[in-house]
Amino acid sequence: MRKEVKSSVPADNEIILGILNDSKEILNRLYKTYFPMVLQLVLNNNGNEDDAKDVFQESVIVLYNKVKSGNFELNSKLKTFIYSVCRRLWLKRLNAQSRTVRNLEDFSDFIPIEDDMEKHEEKDRQFTLMENALQQLGEPCKTIIEDYYLQNRSMQEISEKFGYTNADNAKTQKYKCLQRLKKIFFQS
Amino acid sequence: MNKDTEITNLIDAYLRGELSPAELAAFQQKRSGDPAVDLQVVEHENLVGHLNEYGNRVRLTSEMNAIHEEIEIEVLKREVKPELPVIYRMWNKYRVSTAIAATVAMIAVFGTLFSTGYFSQAISTNYTQMRRELNSIKRSQNALIKNINGKPVRGPVNPGQFGGTGFALSANGYVVTNYHVIKDADSVYVQNSQGEAFKVRQVYTDPVYDIAILQIIDPDFKLASLPYTFKKSAADVGQSVYTIGFPRDDQVYGEGYVSSRNGFAGDTVAYQVSIPVNPGNSGGPLLDNKGNVVGIINGKQKFADGAAFAIKSNYVLASIDAIPQDSLENKLVLGKRNLLTGLSRQDQIKKLEPYIFMVKVY
Repeated sequence: MRKEVKSSVPADNEIILGILNDSKEILNRLYKTYFPMVLQLVLNNNGNEDDAKDVFQESVIVLYNKVKSGNFELNSKLKTFIYSVCRRLWLKRLNAQSRTVRNLEDFSDFIPIEDDMEKHEEKDRQFTLMENALQQLGEPCKTIIEDYYLQNRSMQEISEKFGYTNADNAKTQKYKCLQRLKKIFFQS
Repeated sequence: MNKDTEITNLIDAYLRGELSPAELAAFQQKRSGDPAVDLQVVEHENLVGHLNEYGNRVRLTSEMNAIHEEIEIEVLKREVKPELPVIYRMWNKYRVSTAIAATVAMIAVFGTLFSTGYFSQAISTNYTQMRRELNSIKRSQNALIKNINGKPVRGPVNPGQFGGTGFALSANGYVVTNYHVIKDADSVYVQNSQGEAFKVRQVYTDPVYDIAILQIIDPDFKLASLPYTFKKSAADVGQSVYTIGFPRDDQVYGEGYVSSRNGFAGDTVAYQVSIPVNPGNSGGPLLDNKGNVVGIINGKQKFADGAAFAIKSNYVLASIDAIPQDSLENKLVLGKRNLLTGLSRQDQIKKLEPYIFMVKVY
């Protein structure tokens, strides 16, 4: 193990609270605190900075899902958790690229995270499904669905944006779009 | 709008919490009253849940990308992974391949050396000791002779495994030969030119000088007094010498000259002699013109012409002196008078004949 990269570290429970409150500032600090560690791991193990970015962002998503699922218990330091997830993700990627992985050069302790990874893989699968389903949906359905369900816009706004004569027409359109999405998502 | 659209919009409003208390109560009632509607609500909620998760992730990723833009990657890269000099990078990259290549090379080299018997050869591979390995051809010949003559061959029927030459030290049955001729022997016999074999015991061996002194066990064995003496001083280079030995079953005469004061690889115990010798000559006496023993033939250099070696006679004398007197049954008296001086070579050889033995080792 080589020297670790040090920086001022926010307290773990501060971060968890911030995640629950969707605090952008906490995300910022979390990102800037732990990204160098992951960059170091990936760069020293046959990766580049883009790989590091992907792996790290995925690990943050794992963390967010874990925290927001409610029954979150941190059995280790947050740093160790993130490192373990990234290490695991990177190993998987190296294997997928069928590069010979001998020993990863490690920079921190790590813990087994099988359960979290399993959950994450399931969520990841569903994310990809949804992404594909929305893609197949096409315009204008995709935007209507996104505007209504993701951006929480009112039907009034949406009907104006798309030039529907009244909100009821927009609602009918939304209904059709949703039925199609349901069909694509659950059938794929 | 049809009924399904209405219900969907109702569920959306419910999920968003946009229903008034009265509408909510009506919705709840409708849901509990109609299982089809309830199923629709559950399905809808499920889909919206997946949609939300998708949306959250997309939002989180875009937020992170924004943060990522702020990071100065190049600075950070230098910090977490200092550039190593080229040589280190090459080493890091190729060290495993290098190790494998080196291992293969080593296995190849040592494997070849091992399989060609390099390790099992003695260090002085081009030095051979002149003892003779008696082969099966001779065995069959002996058997043949026995059959033709119809009389028993004296001595052991089984021919020896190895053979060499020895010569008498004294009239009462002491014989000297090379240590390497009789080493590892079960039993040793000497056979004179008449074909008479006598069992001998080992009186003294000196592996360093390659000298062995044997004694014929038969108490009645007696020779006439020795015609030769041992030369105490060193022989001169160029001096002409001769030897008689048993490279085969008959005595063979060979003549040559002392070609160097020292033996193989500068060995001071021996002379180098230019003389034709063959396996079986080992232990034979090396005599000068006057009939003095100047050495004992013990080996020759492989791949070199006329480079034989003989132990210097003064080491033989030293060995005799080193024998504990208690271990001798009879006194060992060397010949004091030289009866060969002045004789022609043929007469010398005739006189020498009974004193030179074939040594057979079993």
